[in-house]
Amino acid sequence: MTGRNNTTRTDAKSWHRRQLFFDKAGAYGVIACSVLMTILLFSIIFFVGRQGLLTFQAVSPIDFFFSAKWEPTAGAFGAASFLAGSLLTTLVAILLGAPLGLAGAIYLAQVAPPAIKKILRPAVDLYVAIPSVVYGYMGLTLLLPFLRDNLGLPSGFGIFSAGVVLAIMIFPTVLSLSADAIHAVPSPLEEGSIALGATWWQTLRHITLPAAAPGITTGIILAMARAVGETMAVEMLIGNTPQLATSLFQPTATLTSNIVVEMGNTPFGSAWGNSLFLMAFVLLILSLFLILLVRHFSARKEAA
Amino acid sequence: MLTPKSADKCMRTLFWGAGLFILALLAAFLIYLLAKGLPHLTPAFLFGKSSDIMAGGGIGGQLFNSFYLLLLSMVISLPLAVGAGIYLAEYARETYLTKAIRLSVESLATVPSIVLGLFGMILFTTQLHLGFSIAAGALTLVLLNLPMLVRVTEEAIRTVPATYEEASIALGATKWQTICRVVLPAAAPGIMTGVTLTAGRVLGETAILIFTAGTTTSRFLFDPDVTAGGETLAVHLWYLMSAGLVPDREAISDGIGATLILAILLFNLLLALPLRALSKRQG
Repeated sequence: MTGRNNTTRTDAKSWHRRQLFFDKAGAYGVIACSVLMTILLFSIIFFVGRQGLLTFQAVSPIDFFFSAKWEPTAGAFGAASFLAGSLLTTLVAILLGAPLGLAGAIYLAQVAPPAIKKILRPAVDLYVAIPSVVYGYMGLTLLLPFLRDNLGLPSGFGIFSAGVVLAIMIFPTVLSLSADAIHAVPSPLEEGSIALGATWWQTLRHITLPAAAPGITTGIILAMARAVGETMAVEMLIGNTPQLATSLFQPTATLTSNIVVEMGNTPFGSAWGNSLFLMAFVLLILSLFLILLVRHFSARKEAA
Repeated sequence: MLTPKSADKCMRTLFWGAGLFILALLAAFLIYLLAKGLPHLTPAFLFGKSSDIMAGGGIGGQLFNSFYLLLLSMVISLPLAVGAGIYLAEYARETYLTKAIRLSVESLATVPSIVLGLFGMILFTTQLHLGFSIAAGALTLVLLNLPMLVRVTEEAIRTVPATYEEASIALGATKWQTICRVVLPAAAPGIMTGVTLTAGRVLGETAILIFTAGTTTSRFLFDPDVTAGGETLAVHLWYLMSAGLVPDREAISDGIGATLILAILLFNLLLALPLRALSKRQG
């Protein structure tokens, strides 16, 4: 600062003060942005929950959760068939998708040569990036005609079709998280097993996979959360018929698909509309529960 | 009974099968979508107005809405997400507040998009009287963007070497100056990668938009009015498949499928991969 007069010195001082002010304001600004996340989450719970719980003014909780009679125009709001549809579709998707994801993860982490690894990572990202309507569209134009021609089904709509397409949509989640978990297993563990004469597969099965289990479980739970909440592909393939499915190939409906199908026809604030919000609230609670479950498993991973 | 050695071989073959199946299935999907859709992608189709009843409609309005909604929602959510990312990476100590914020971000990321859509419908469409409009759609999309962007920002900031910051602080810069002039520029490629990947997901999002942006478009092509209906490509594809009346709806669906896939390939391969390489070189 030598050779400068007093005005620049006071300028420098006020500049300095301004910087200190920015420093404080910036800190408060970023805290505000972060707190906004919590506020948003709570307002989602509050608004959707309040609208949904209004249903119980007109419908008893027992009817809503345990009756499968869904005739909104006659005042019957039993959502059991949607609950069952959601759970069964998710189950089919996990049973098909989790093994594929895990096998892919093992391939990516331990078997694939480097050249294929380089393609497989972006390929898995691309699976995630394909929009769910496009999956639904492929299900309608590829899977359903295939089922009709080869299995002699009348329409092909139902839990099976929706579950198969969902499995393709969620296996990348299992794959990425499991591959990370397998990578993270300390290599001395595996080397010790190999040194004792175990084969690669014995090592994988008895050492690596058990050590990676919390990470793999996390992947499967997150995949479940995706499957339960997935809407568009399921809506296009489930058949959208409010009835309890007695077979995997019978048109039925899920919580998400029924919201999309009926929300447009219901007046806002009617018992019918509110019951759809209640279904959304059930989905919300379910996904929050799954996140707490994930937290539980990742806490175990850190403790291990 | 298998000997351990042959079991080893068997399992290896099985995993090769799984890996190659995953790659082959993706290739089959992409070839199917592009082979069916690319022949329809004429300029008249891409930039023409859509039709409700007659054959020969285009997807110009929907294409515009898709990118317009994407742009608006990014403009709103990026500053908020970067702010929260900075807090979590630079300021946060492990207090209850921080834990609550982290849990909220994780939870927001798993809330099903249809639930976000219904929340947007209550708050923006109904209570704020925005109706089914681009404004309501963009505001609801912000909820989808935020958790993804917060996560990538935090990660990108954490990969900036601590020595950069220490050097800046040692030269007398305030923490805020350090963040603005040293940390954020160094983290920018990582943040941009996250933005492009998020953009790819937003472009295909449907459930969140049906009851906020609606299933209609403005009467005028390329209308920047945020109160107009904001039907996007993905919503239009769903609408055609489930309730469309136009006779050529299959041709239009094929075209939209290919357009969406091309846009996503663009975001994922052409933009995200070079950016990722750039951020790796810096790191």
